[in-house]
Amino acid sequence: MTSGRLANLLPPIAFGLAVLAIWEAGVRLFHVPAIILPPPSAIAMRLATSVPTLAADFNQTIRGVLAGYAIGSLAGFVIAVLIDRSQFLQRGLMPIGNLVSALPIVGIAPIMVMWFGFDWQSKAAVAAVMTFFPMLVNTVAGLEAPGAIERDLMRSYTASGPQTLEKLRLPAALPFIFNALKLNTTLALIGAIVAEFFGTPIVGMGFRISTEASRLDLDVVWAETLLAAITGSALFFGIAWLERRVTFWRPAFQSTTEKEMR
Amino acid sequence: MKSALPIATVVLAILAIWYVAAALMNASLQRDLFANSGQAHYSTQELIVGSLNMERPKLPAPHQVASELYKLVFATPPTSKRSLVYHGVITLEETLIGFAIGSALGIGLAVLIVSMRWLDRSMMPWIVASQTVPIIALAPMIVVILNQFNITGIAPKAAIAAYLSFFPVTVGMVKGFRSPDPLQLDLMRTYSATRAQTFLKLRAPAGAPFFFASMKIAAAAALVGAVVAEVTKSEDGGLGARLLAGSYYGQTVQIWAALFVAAALSAALVGLIGVIGRIAQRRMAFSS
Repeated sequence: MTSGRLANLLPPIAFGLAVLAIWEAGVRLFHVPAIILPPPSAIAMRLATSVPTLAADFNQTIRGVLAGYAIGSLAGFVIAVLIDRSQFLQRGLMPIGNLVSALPIVGIAPIMVMWFGFDWQSKAAVAAVMTFFPMLVNTVAGLEAPGAIERDLMRSYTASGPQTLEKLRLPAALPFIFNALKLNTTLALIGAIVAEFFGTPIVGMGFRISTEASRLDLDVVWAETLLAAITGSALFFGIAWLERRVTFWRPAFQSTTEKEMR
Repeated sequence: MKSALPIATVVLAILAIWYVAAALMNASLQRDLFANSGQAHYSTQELIVGSLNMERPKLPAPHQVASELYKLVFATPPTSKRSLVYHGVITLEETLIGFAIGSALGIGLAVLIVSMRWLDRSMMPWIVASQTVPIIALAPMIVVILNQFNITGIAPKAAIAAYLSFFPVTVGMVKGFRSPDPLQLDLMRTYSATRAQTFLKLRAPAGAPFFFASMKIAAAAALVGAVVAEVTKSEDGGLGARLLAGSYYGQTVQIWAALFVAAALSAALVGLIGVIGRIAQRRMAFSS
């Protein structure tokens, strides 16, 4: 297994290194000015020398991300469970939820900055709104996932509604919920970063990216982007790890993830 | 059609909540306004009516947004820089150009990945990982870099729109081209079909449902890319520029109006793709 995993990791790593090498060599050979494309080595240097700035920016942005992620996902989940009993509300809310998921919600950023100020609270608000609808839609879909046979079994046990919810439908919804949780990590990060384009106390990853880009300090922007990428991947894979721990019973799990990664 | 009533109910409920929220959120501003104008005595009714019709409310009431939308979409000539049609067309152009380029590149790369094993093994993990990265963070930088090459106007925004729609299309189409099951692939092999034939006769049609799903995501992503790009470089107009201008000058009604136009554009694009997809799938008799 470990050797197989290593064999799977080798090609992408080689590919990544090749891209970096070509990038570095190309920039040096053709004397590409740093204001167009800094070489990876310069970005790495910048990353190493500006740890305090990066840490402060990360610290600022991650608050909005995590708070918004938690609030939005939790609210979406709670509302989904609440409207679960009402076919009427579901039929009304689901099309709207699906519609809103396709809308450019980041656009509410300037409104949230007006309502909640420049600090991380407004970023959390944007992230919360962005993460709410995917969670709502996915949870409702997940609660509908169990088949007729399983439901009939619960009925033959004379299980009450809440019991069916707890023992059958919530566990069955977990894959869907985790799907939304994974999707939401990226959405929350995007929401927080874009909201910072509209106003921040002068710290934060989105703030740094937009100001340093306009000052043509591209190595800082690249370093900051790399930080954002690492943060996004860490959140995503953290949730993916949790998913594997929590839904270990899912038979197809191992094979599907491997298929997805392939 | 049986969901028409529930949807109407929910929409009405949202409007009602919106009105209540607007009255509550603007009340304190309106009280200050009364106090400043020396009007010490006012009825609750006056307060509510005032709160719902402020010039710069915290939350504009639905009818204010509606009348602003009407004013800026229909009553203003589309050539005017205040018209939302003017800015909407700019955003739509960027979105469509970016969407076309991004999806074409995404599909092309998906074809390469499915047909070349080394590309698949070395590149696909990066593409999948890119889904977890807030790539929109690169938008300001792309604008600046293209600016260095004197590429301005709608091109940089279209580039960002393309870039945002590219990754989901690649991932979706690789999944789609891989969706035929081994039995069907084996059948093609027993026909001694060439790789190109297998692709054209089996993989490509099998990818159709994924194609339309990816196109929907790509269109929505392209619009977000265009709007955010306009925020980072707002001189050339566009709905994102209106959002930014509105937030600079505290013109909340204008922000909401621009937001609604952006939402309508996105919904229209996604809806259109959905309709095309349904027609295509009926023609291809997928719904068997």
